[in-house]
Amino acid sequence: MCGIAGLLKMDGSPANRDLAQRMISTLRHRGPDDCGVHIDGPVGLSHARLSIIDLAGGAQPMSSVDGRLCITFNGEIFNFIELREELLARGHRFSTKSDTEVILNAYREFGEDCVHHFNGQWAFAIWDAHDRRLFLARDRMGIRPLYYTRRGESFFFASEVKALFACPEIPREIDLQGLDQIFTFWVTLPPKTAFRGVSQLPPGCCMTVVKGDFRVRQYWSLSYDEDDRLRSVPEDRLAGELLSLLEDATRIRLRADVPVGAYLSGGIDSTVTAALAKNIVHERLRTFSITFEDTEFDEQPYQREASAFLGTQHSNVSCSCSDIARIFPEVIRHTEQPIIRTAPAPMYLLSKLVRDNGYKVVLTGEGADEILGGYDIFKEAKIRAFWARHPDSQWRPLLLRRLYPYMENIQRQPAAYLRHFFRVTPEDLTNPFFSHLPRWDLTAKLKLLLSEDARKTLRGYDSLAELQAQLPPSFAQWTYFGRAEHLEEKYLMPGYILSSQGDRMAMAHSVEGRYPFLDYRVVQFAAKLPAHLKMKALDQKHLLKVAVRGKIPDSILRRPKQPYRAPDGKCFLGAAVVDYAEEMLSRESLRNNGLFDPRAVGIMVDKFTSNRATGVKDNMALIGVLSTQLLVHQFIHSSAEDLTPCSDSILSNKSAVS
Amino acid sequence: MQRLDIEQQIRSFVTDSFLFGQPIDLQSTDSLLAKGVIDSTGVLELVSFLESTYAIKIKDEDIIPENLDSIHDISEFVFRKLGCLV
Repeated sequence: MCGIAGLLKMDGSPANRDLAQRMISTLRHRGPDDCGVHIDGPVGLSHARLSIIDLAGGAQPMSSVDGRLCITFNGEIFNFIELREELLARGHRFSTKSDTEVILNAYREFGEDCVHHFNGQWAFAIWDAHDRRLFLARDRMGIRPLYYTRRGESFFFASEVKALFACPEIPREIDLQGLDQIFTFWVTLPPKTAFRGVSQLPPGCCMTVVKGDFRVRQYWSLSYDEDDRLRSVPEDRLAGELLSLLEDATRIRLRADVPVGAYLSGGIDSTVTAALAKNIVHERLRTFSITFEDTEFDEQPYQREASAFLGTQHSNVSCSCSDIARIFPEVIRHTEQPIIRTAPAPMYLLSKLVRDNGYKVVLTGEGADEILGGYDIFKEAKIRAFWARHPDSQWRPLLLRRLYPYMENIQRQPAAYLRHFFRVTPEDLTNPFFSHLPRWDLTAKLKLLLSEDARKTLRGYDSLAELQAQLPPSFAQWTYFGRAEHLEEKYLMPGYILSSQGDRMAMAHSVEGRYPFLDYRVVQFAAKLPAHLKMKALDQKHLLKVAVRGKIPDSILRRPKQPYRAPDGKCFLGAAVVDYAEEMLSRESLRNNGLFDPRAVGIMVDKFTSNRATGVKDNMALIGVLSTQLLVHQFIHSSAEDLTPCSDSILSNKSAVS
Repeated sequence: MQRLDIEQQIRSFVTDSFLFGQPIDLQSTDSLLAKGVIDSTGVLELVSFLESTYAIKIKDEDIIPENLDSIHDISEFVFRKLGCLV
C-alpha cells in the first residue's frame, strides 16, 4: 500500500523532476517507508512506499528487467504467487519477490488484458518507453483511488487530489455539479469528483495515454442477472460454496511480510473475516475496534463477545463527540470531498490505534452488506415492493416499523404518516431508482442551502438524468433487488464506504485495509444468487448466516442489524459550539466561499443552537455544509505547502488493550 | 389570535424548519407530504411546535394527514383545538 503520482508531457518535452517530487511529498502518509522518483524523458513517475511485501526488494518506481517498462503501483495483487509461477513457466524472468514485478511481467505477457489476471486491489501506472505509452488501471471494485487531470500538454495522475494540487498550474475549484451529486447520492458519479477539472478513473476501468490523447475503457463490470439454475440447488450447498470462496479470499489476503490484524466491529461481517483469518493463521489474531461513549452507537458488548469467542488479542479506541469535532478538519483533508455523515471520523481514530500497535495491514468486513443483501435499503425496497402489489393493504406498510428499530423517530411515527413517507404505487416499481428514491429525495433537500449563484449555475442540471445515462443496458432486466445492489456497489461503495470511510481513513495513518468479501470471485458468485437467498423474508444476509453458523457466536448471528453510525450535529453545535465550526458557518465565511446561502444556513444552525429537535435531514445538512466549507478552506484557499501531511501528534492516545 | 396570524406563524415554522427558510412555491392548501416538504421526523417536530406555541395537547389519534397535511389544514386544526370558531 502506497501513494503514487506522476506526469506525462504529451508534447514530448522533458518532465520536471521537482514537480514529481513535490506531488509525492503530499502523499507520504500513504507511504512513509520509502520514496522514489523516476524520470524518463517526458514521463515522471513517483512513489511513496508502505513496505508490506518483499520489504527489501520491492522499491518503486520499478523497471522491468529489460528496462522498457517502469511502474508505480499502489495496492496488492493477492494471487501474485500463482501468477509468478505461471509467468516463469512462460519464460519471464524476475529479479525480486514482489507483486509489483509480477504486474510488469503480466503486462509484458498479456498487455492491457493483464488486469483480468489479477485478484487484488490496485491503482497503477506503467510507462512503456518503447511505445511511448502510459497505461493506468484501477481495481474492479474501486478499493484503491486514482485521480487524473489534464492541463494543456501535461497529463497528471495521483492517488489523491492533493498531489495534483501540488502542481501550481492546476486550477482549484469546487465542481458544482459534483456538489449537486453529493447532495443527492452522497457521492459523485465517476469520473466526476468534487473538484472541477479533476477526474477519477472509475472502478474496473483502465486508461491509455498515448500521442497526446487518452482513452478510458471499462474492463470489468458486474451483472445482476440471476442464475435460474441456482434456484434448484440446495441452500446448504450454496452456503458451502460461499464459505469456500470466502476462505480462499481470506487466505490470499493474509499474504504479507508483516503481521496482519483485523477490525472487529461486533457485527457479522468483521466477525466472519476475523474468524476465517484465525483459522488460517493458527496463532492469536490481533483485533481492533471503536467504542462510543454514546450508547446509541456503541457495540462494545458484541465486540467483547466476538473477541472472547475467537480468542483474539483485542484493543479498542473510544470515540466521543469532542473527538469527532477535534479531528474533523483533518478527516476532511483526507476525504477530499464533502461528506454528509461524520462516520469516517471514528475510522480515522481506529486506523491510528492499529498503527500505534505496530500493525500496517488489517482485514475488514466491508462489502458484505452490498453483495449479500445486508443493507436496510434493500429491506426497505422489499417491503415497499411487497406493499406496492396491494397498495390498499392496511397491514403491509406496518412492516416498515421493522425497518429501523434503532431509529426512535421512525418508531414513534404515527402509522398514517409512516404510510405516506414510504408511499408506493405499482407504477413506482417500474422506476429504475425505486429502491433509492426515498433516500435521494431526502438528501436532495440539502440543495435548498445552496446560494442563489450556485443554484443559478446548476439550473437545468439533473443529476438523476446523468445517473440514468450511465446505467448499463441490462439494468432494466434486473429485479428491483439487483438494481438496488448495483446502485450501492457501483456508487456508494467505491465513492464513500471504500473511500471516505475506507482507504482515506486507513491511509491517513499508513494502514492498508483488505476486504475478503470484495474478492471478485466472491462478488461474482453473490451477484448470481437469487435475491431470496440473500434476504429470506426479511432476514438480511441469510445465506452468509447459514454459511458461517457455528463459526461465530450465535448471539452475533441473531442480533438485529445495527448499521455503523456516529454522532453528527451535536458534535459541533451541541452544549458547546466548536470554534472552527462557528467560523466556517459564519455569514462572512459562507459569503466569501459563495456556495451556500448564509440566511438558509443560519436558520439551520439556529435549529441546533436553540436546542430544538433536529432530524436526519438537519444533521446531514450541517455536516454537508461544514465539510464543504472545510474542503474549500483547506483545498481551494490553501497553498501547495499546506497540503503536505501534518503531524498526527494532535491525537491523544485513548487506546486500551484487553 | 387571528386566523391569519396563526396561518402565518405556521407557514414560517414550516418554511424555516423543513425548507431552511427558502421560499418555495407553497400554497396554503398544498399537501406537505405530496410536495416532500415534511420528512419522517418532521411531523413530530410539527406536533411539538404546535403544542408549545399554542399550549394545546395533541393526542396520538389526532396525528393524521387529514389534520396536518397543509398549512391550511394545520391552521384549521389549531383553531379547532383553541376552541375558536372556524
